[in-house]
Amino acid sequence: MNNLWGDSLSGFWSGWIIVITLGTIAFCWWILFANRKTDKVPDAEGNVDTTGHQADGIEEYDNPLPRWWFMLFVGTIIFSLGYLALYPGLGNYAGLLGWTQENQWDKEVARAEERYAPIFAEYNDIPVPELAQNAEAMQVGERIYLNNCAVCHGSNAQGGYGFPNLTDDAWLYGGTPEAIKTTLNNGRNGLMPAWQQLGETNINNVANYVLALSGAEHDADAAAKGQPIFAASCVACHGPEGKGNQALGAPNLTDDIWLYRQPGQPLLEAVLQTLRNGRNGHMPAQTPYIGEDKVHLVAAYVYSLSN
Amino acid sequence: MRHEIVEKNVGLLAVLILVVISFGGLAEIVPLFFQKETTQPVAGLEPLTPLELEGRDIYIREGCVGCHSQMIRPFRAETERYGHYSVAGEFVYNHPFLWGSKRTGPDLARVGGRYSDDWHRAHLYDPRDVVPESKMPAYPWLFDNTLDGEATETKMRALQSMGVPYTDEQIEGAGSEVRGEQEITALVAYLQQLGTVLKGAR
Repeated sequence: MNNLWGDSLSGFWSGWIIVITLGTIAFCWWILFANRKTDKVPDAEGNVDTTGHQADGIEEYDNPLPRWWFMLFVGTIIFSLGYLALYPGLGNYAGLLGWTQENQWDKEVARAEERYAPIFAEYNDIPVPELAQNAEAMQVGERIYLNNCAVCHGSNAQGGYGFPNLTDDAWLYGGTPEAIKTTLNNGRNGLMPAWQQLGETNINNVANYVLALSGAEHDADAAAKGQPIFAASCVACHGPEGKGNQALGAPNLTDDIWLYRQPGQPLLEAVLQTLRNGRNGHMPAQTPYIGEDKVHLVAAYVYSLSN
Repeated sequence: MRHEIVEKNVGLLAVLILVVISFGGLAEIVPLFFQKETTQPVAGLEPLTPLELEGRDIYIREGCVGCHSQMIRPFRAETERYGHYSVAGEFVYNHPFLWGSKRTGPDLARVGGRYSDDWHRAHLYDPRDVVPESKMPAYPWLFDNTLDGEATETKMRALQSMGVPYTDEQIEGAGSEVRGEQEITALVAYLQQLGTVLKGAR
């Protein structure tokens, strides 16, 4: 990881920064002291020459800065030198504290790791069904869910158009603890091909047959004509009875759950659309984002939603 | 030097002010132009494809940068949520930078691959369809507008002249490659590559 923060500066640029920085500080110091005294000193009676500026009878003295103000400036210069000694600022000089943005982050992460890792490790040893009963673990799981999963599956986990409901008993890829963890760890890629090559009439017939499978309202003549096409083209994934196949993520067509039906859309329309254009559901793998311990916990949370 | 001389010559005053304030830039900015960390791409960084480039320009046109930053700072709170902190080498092909400075919405520096294409399309059509509490505007016209690709090659040449390593073969025909694509396709392609080069480094 170290090389991500890159190399150090070349000697020239390091020197350049040091010279400008210290030169600027020295210049400020000189300005401050060069202007400390005034050449308009009071005479024996205490009268002082003014600068000669006059506006509405008001004249301007040429006094030096008040002492407290002057000392504030001196203080800032001392502070800057102290700062530059402790922290990186002068070219390649690392500073006495050895502070870098990266090691500050490393320390912060290590502190959190020390505090939280044992908790997650403990949860990780508990099997999913048992963990799903642990109220405290489920609170943590819910937070991880809300931060990472709710964007697609909804904060109530009931999904939406194209995003599966996680609270029911219907599972595309299986609802066992192992299946849920596999989904989270590796992601899923659903692939329903487009069937435009069948022609619009056949698509319509198959769609009516699909409606018939779940007992939805359909055109019986069309469904009868669709049956042989279904048997030829669809059974490989959806099975001879249309009950789906969790190994492939092929949905059960005999229940009343329709992932790709817009609210208010006639069911036939939704099925036709799927047949014409195909579907490519994609669930990204979560391990790269939250790590395996948290995947375990969130799997338990998802499991708890339907069990 | 008497201070009257400076105070009574506005031209001289202006010149001296410029000299003084330039020291900050000379020490803090100029050396970065000559540092490998800021001028060399991280391993595996590729210039945007023509489609992603058009997507980037839609991102700019729609003002996404006004609400979304693309810069993950090295704080645990940010790296936990967004992924590995951003490094300078990821941005060497960015002209202009789209780091942003305001997060009304989340940071997008590593949004690539985080959600599915379908999700992005649904979300951009109307964010509330997928995130009911969202206050992001809807961008339905991205689904109606298509790219004509007329300026694509010119844009790539401009970037090439600024050091983005496009080859002439890549530029040749880039316009016809994107012509007719929906704007949403281009924008999603752009979003899906954001920050993916360093993904394994977390």
